Amino acid sequence: MTSTIERAVGPQAPPRPSRRRPRSMPADLPPGAGRSRRTRALVITGLVLFVLYSAAPLWWVVVAATKSQSDLYTTNGLWFAENHLLDNFQQLFTYNDGIFLRWMWNTVLYCVTGTLGMTVVCVAAGYGLAMYDFRGKGVLMAFVIGSFLVPGALLTIPSYLLLNDIGMINTPYAVIVPSFFSAFSVYLAKVYAEGAIPRELIEAARVDGAGEYRIFFQIGLRLMSTGVATVFLLGFVGAWNNFFGPLIFLRGEEKWTVMLGLYHWLSVKIESSTDLTGLVVAGSIVSMVPMVVLMISMQRYWRSGITLGSLK
Amino acid sequence: MSVVQRSRPPGWRRMADLKGFSFTVPFALGFALFTIVPIVMALSESLYTERSSGLGFGGRTTTFSGLGNFVRGFEDGRFWGSMGRVALFAVVVIPIIQGASLVMALMLDAVRRRLAARFRVVLLIPYMVPGVVATLIWIYLYSPAVGPLTPFLALFGIDANFYGGELIWMSIGNLMAWSSIGFGMLIVYGALQSVPTEVFDSARLDGASEWRIAWSIKVPFVRRPLVLISVLSVIGTLQIFSDPLLFRSMTPETVNKDFTPIMMIYNQAFAEGNFNYAAALSIILALIVGLVSTVFYKLTDKVPA
Repeated sequence: MTSTIERAVGPQAPPRPSRRRPRSMPADLPPGAGRSRRTRALVITGLVLFVLYSAAPLWWVVVAATKSQSDLYTTNGLWFAENHLLDNFQQLFTYNDGIFLRWMWNTVLYCVTGTLGMTVVCVAAGYGLAMYDFRGKGVLMAFVIGSFLVPGALLTIPSYLLLNDIGMINTPYAVIVPSFFSAFSVYLAKVYAEGAIPRELIEAARVDGAGEYRIFFQIGLRLMSTGVATVFLLGFVGAWNNFFGPLIFLRGEEKWTVMLGLYHWLSVKIESSTDLTGLVVAGSIVSMVPMVVLMISMQRYWRSGITLGSLK
Repeated sequence: MSVVQRSRPPGWRRMADLKGFSFTVPFALGFALFTIVPIVMALSESLYTERSSGLGFGGRTTTFSGLGNFVRGFEDGRFWGSMGRVALFAVVVIPIIQGASLVMALMLDAVRRRLAARFRVVLLIPYMVPGVVATLIWIYLYSPAVGPLTPFLALFGIDANFYGGELIWMSIGNLMAWSSIGFGMLIVYGALQSVPTEVFDSARLDGASEWRIAWSIKVPFVRRPLVLISVLSVIGTLQIFSDPLLFRSMTPETVNKDFTPIMMIYNQAFAEGNFNYAAALSIILALIVGLVSTVFYKLTDKVPA
């Protein structure tokens, strides 16, 4: 994990504001650190407490996933009892004809297609906005920025009616297609393109006779590949977490996403007397795995992405 | 360069720009269809009312009702009740979360780089957990049956019902804090890294203590990102939906179906089939969110650094 961090601050990372201390400074100490031992102890204690707070719920869920349904209610939640991990997963994957795997597959399918489409559409738009001056560019940009302020709430009800009118409701397209057009991703791609592609280079390629599309594919895309990866990653995370959209647009459990399925299992309890707590716990863990793997393996992208997105 | 350009036929630039424009066409069309059209539809839907005609037989008729739905919305006690609930919640919980993010970032900034990097990865774990899953986990932690919190507090003689009316907002607030402090910390910490080192050196020469430096130099430097994440939190909190909806599964008596504005809108549209009224309520909510974030942004941005 450490090597990932080192890479994140290494030369590959997108340009950051100049660090305020040279990294070669002796002992790697911030100024003033270690002057007061008491202050330092206080700071470390605070950080450790916060680490415990951040990690404890996940510890609980991991422990709970190893327990049988009855142990879940009778044993100490923070420590292991008899190991039923494999039983629990087997139950999770076979319950209701393996509907959970179906939900996982649906989620992966919606997320991958939706995010790929979004990346293509939005990176192209961001590149166009960054590299060319055309009539209406200002208006388009104003719409992109303005839409950040439009609450999702305003869009959902009429989106349902619209998708109903064009026959997309209750099909995977209702979740996939609208996600192609993300204003935030366009903005992100534009900022990246402006920073990564020198206009002179484009001009030079033009002089050499390359067409605009060829310049985009052979020069533009390559230079902004970090940005493209960030747009993809942030989009994928957003799609994976999406709950409101699928909840409203998809009826019938065979089309659901994993988040919707887990919610359904949670609420089943009050309607009938079946208790699916064990399944929800195991399912929660499985549903997190793709996210955690993706985020840890690509952390330099999403970190630079959120910082850029919120500071510029 | 200019020589080369002059040698090109006139209009060549325009041609390139036209092709450049074509890059944005797919997005512009989709954006118009899935963002602009729904906004226009919401505006027009809100002006009509659907009624069942006659004695309950026959179809439903849609009639133009002008601002009728808005008047109804402004007089609807349930809607304003839910609005008040989330507003109060936002006023209490957002300053706490921002304050905690700031403190965490300052603490992270006070330890060795290498150590800070380790801490940072762990502290970001909650950010990697999907929102619904985070809510599920906390719902179970709060649960008197399976969660460890209730028995733990019982050791101290505290009888806490996290699902009860008094604690429900605290329970949701804690969940929100857990999910978002790491992210806020990351943003503020990033901003702290760009404070020029000379500022600290001169302050230290003048005899300022580390606490003083943190409060008088570092905090003003990170005001802008703090304001930004606060605005985003306000927008998000006023529209809170999935957290209370999941809590409702466990405790339908405490979290009623009109608990937050979006829950009420959702309920109006999909349980009662009242799309027109739901559209009007969405617009009222959108206006309030827009107003609040503008005022908030203006106020905090004008405070002298």
